[in-house]
Amino acid sequence: MAVQSDVIDDAGPYDRAKALSAFKLGDLTFYWITRLSAISVLLILGGIIVSLIVGAFPAMKEYGLSFLWTQRWAPSADPPVLGALGPMYGTLVTSFIAMLIAIPVGLGIAIFLTELCPQWLRRPIGMAVELLAGIPSIIYGMWGFFVLGPFLANTFQPFMIKIFDGVPVLGAIFAGPPSYLSLFNASLILAIMVLPFITSISVDVFKTVPPVLKEAAYGVGCTTWEVVRSVVIPYTRVGIIGGVMLALGRALGETMAVTFIIGNSFRISSSIFAPGTTISAAIASEFAESDGLHQSGLILLGLLLFVLTFFVLAAARLMLLRLEKKAGK
Amino acid sequence: MNFLKTIVAAGLVAASTSAFAADITGAGATFPFPIYSKWADAYKKETGNGLNYQSIGSGGGIKQIQAKTVTFGASDAPLKAEQLEKDGLAQWPMVMGAIVPVVNIEGVKAGELVFDGETLANIYLGKITKWDDAAIKKLNPNVKLPSEAITVVRRSDGSGTTFNFTNYLSKASADWKSKVGEGTAVEWPVGVGAKGNEGVSGNISQTKNSIGYVEYAYAKQNKLTYTGLVNKAGKTVQPTVEAFQAAASNADWSKAPGYYVILTDQPGDKSWPITAATFILMHKEGTDKAASQEAIKFFRWAFKNGGKMAEELDYIPMPDSVVQQIEKTWAAEIKS
Repeated sequence: MAVQSDVIDDAGPYDRAKALSAFKLGDLTFYWITRLSAISVLLILGGIIVSLIVGAFPAMKEYGLSFLWTQRWAPSADPPVLGALGPMYGTLVTSFIAMLIAIPVGLGIAIFLTELCPQWLRRPIGMAVELLAGIPSIIYGMWGFFVLGPFLANTFQPFMIKIFDGVPVLGAIFAGPPSYLSLFNASLILAIMVLPFITSISVDVFKTVPPVLKEAAYGVGCTTWEVVRSVVIPYTRVGIIGGVMLALGRALGETMAVTFIIGNSFRISSSIFAPGTTISAAIASEFAESDGLHQSGLILLGLLLFVLTFFVLAAARLMLLRLEKKAGK
Repeated sequence: MNFLKTIVAAGLVAASTSAFAADITGAGATFPFPIYSKWADAYKKETGNGLNYQSIGSGGGIKQIQAKTVTFGASDAPLKAEQLEKDGLAQWPMVMGAIVPVVNIEGVKAGELVFDGETLANIYLGKITKWDDAAIKKLNPNVKLPSEAITVVRRSDGSGTTFNFTNYLSKASADWKSKVGEGTAVEWPVGVGAKGNEGVSGNISQTKNSIGYVEYAYAKQNKLTYTGLVNKAGKTVQPTVEAFQAAASNADWSKAPGYYVILTDQPGDKSWPITAATFILMHKEGTDKAASQEAIKFFRWAFKNGGKMAEELDYIPMPDSVVQQIEKTWAAEIKS
């Protein structure tokens, strides 16, 4: 023992420094590799913004800010008259309705799976939800086109139109005539498409709630509902909102499925059963055969979607911060 | 220029394929792709010479031939003479298609209903909204029409089909011309947009009381209810190969430099009013003269032997008189 410790002591200071510096080098390399990976995201993002701005510049020069509130989209007019109001409206409305449906349903599934579901049913339901995420968006589009659209137009929409006929505001929102291709159809498809994002992430974060907390709550006589409402959700709020943000990002940018079923009309209608369009659907439809100012206008639409997504996500972050502050009190 | 369109990806596609392509390369319009590839197949069997055609869209085809990355470009919308002159290009029509209005009304069979351009334009302008409108009834006194709202269906993507359809409406209706005009993508006053000919076909077959326009081949293959049209001569015609060919032969090709003829609303008792040719573009003095000659050989072969194959796929071969003229153009313009 003594001999051994002597050896170590002898070698001690010298080797230790060397070993430490080797660690240091490794650490430094690791630090820079990760830092560069992180910075590359910013660079790529910057590159995208710059090329979008360059591509959109002719349209920006031509239309200026009025692009934002012009509803006409007449690429074949001379000169073309282009405005983003229709697609912006469609993007926001479809995403909003999709989230309105997907958040409660997604959270409901997640709560059921983690808190209430019998063990044997957990895997089938969990897998079904994850399969939803694996279906290609074009399949959703086709399903919306051939199955959901006819059902909505022949059954659901006439019913809603009848119920809300003459009711102020709601009557205008659910106005006829029913249509296979509509904002509402697209919103429903979007809701189904973003559901797995919300559900999977919520399930994962619900599992991180320490059992002790829940057990303590049950111990003082809380019902399952009270546990979920007062323990599970507050504890995992940040994670849930993260999942919702991911879902919202997808809903704002989804292209293929929406292009199929939204009806691609640039006119704004108060009714959600009327055809509309979204920014990404407009770009996907018209980009291939566009040129000059028309193409530049489409790129400007892309830039707008970029900015729109940025602001929506930033607003969500802010909301989260305020929530946390409130919780901190 | 309406026809100068770009596809960002087109450059990439052409660049990556030309590196290991067959002796002749072409790129452009998607509409003639099935017949070009069928011809290429048969040609290869017969002569051993291959042809590589990339269907990247008319705009892409024009871009590619201007950039000289392909032996020939293909476009559904012809270039104007001054543009051809500027780029040193020769242009001629290769094969034709036709666009037919299709409807889905209960009890109405294919060919029963008749429209004229004015009525069609007014439906697409949203001025005529019900099937039992007086204007439609006047044209169809013997057809029972429901008092239902018309669902108007049109293309959502930019397309040569839309270009030819709106070109026809512009010729038929001053109102359409001033309010909407012509183009591959226009400001539609009403209706829902569906993607591609297949999207419009699908929509029409599903939606009751709808109207749309598709390439003849799609109407035929999907057994859609097409309609007749009143042509420029005031005669009612049905969409048949004879009617399409009549439109092509009645068009005055000889006086059109670079064959710049848009085949809509042509004169002649038998002419179908919305006929459209798809065009080939080639450099008069190509960088690779051997390839240019090879391509001409292929086109000559296709004109001579390809008519039947074209008809099988519901395309319309160019009439002989036009082909003879094109042969002369080749001899005069394409330098070997």
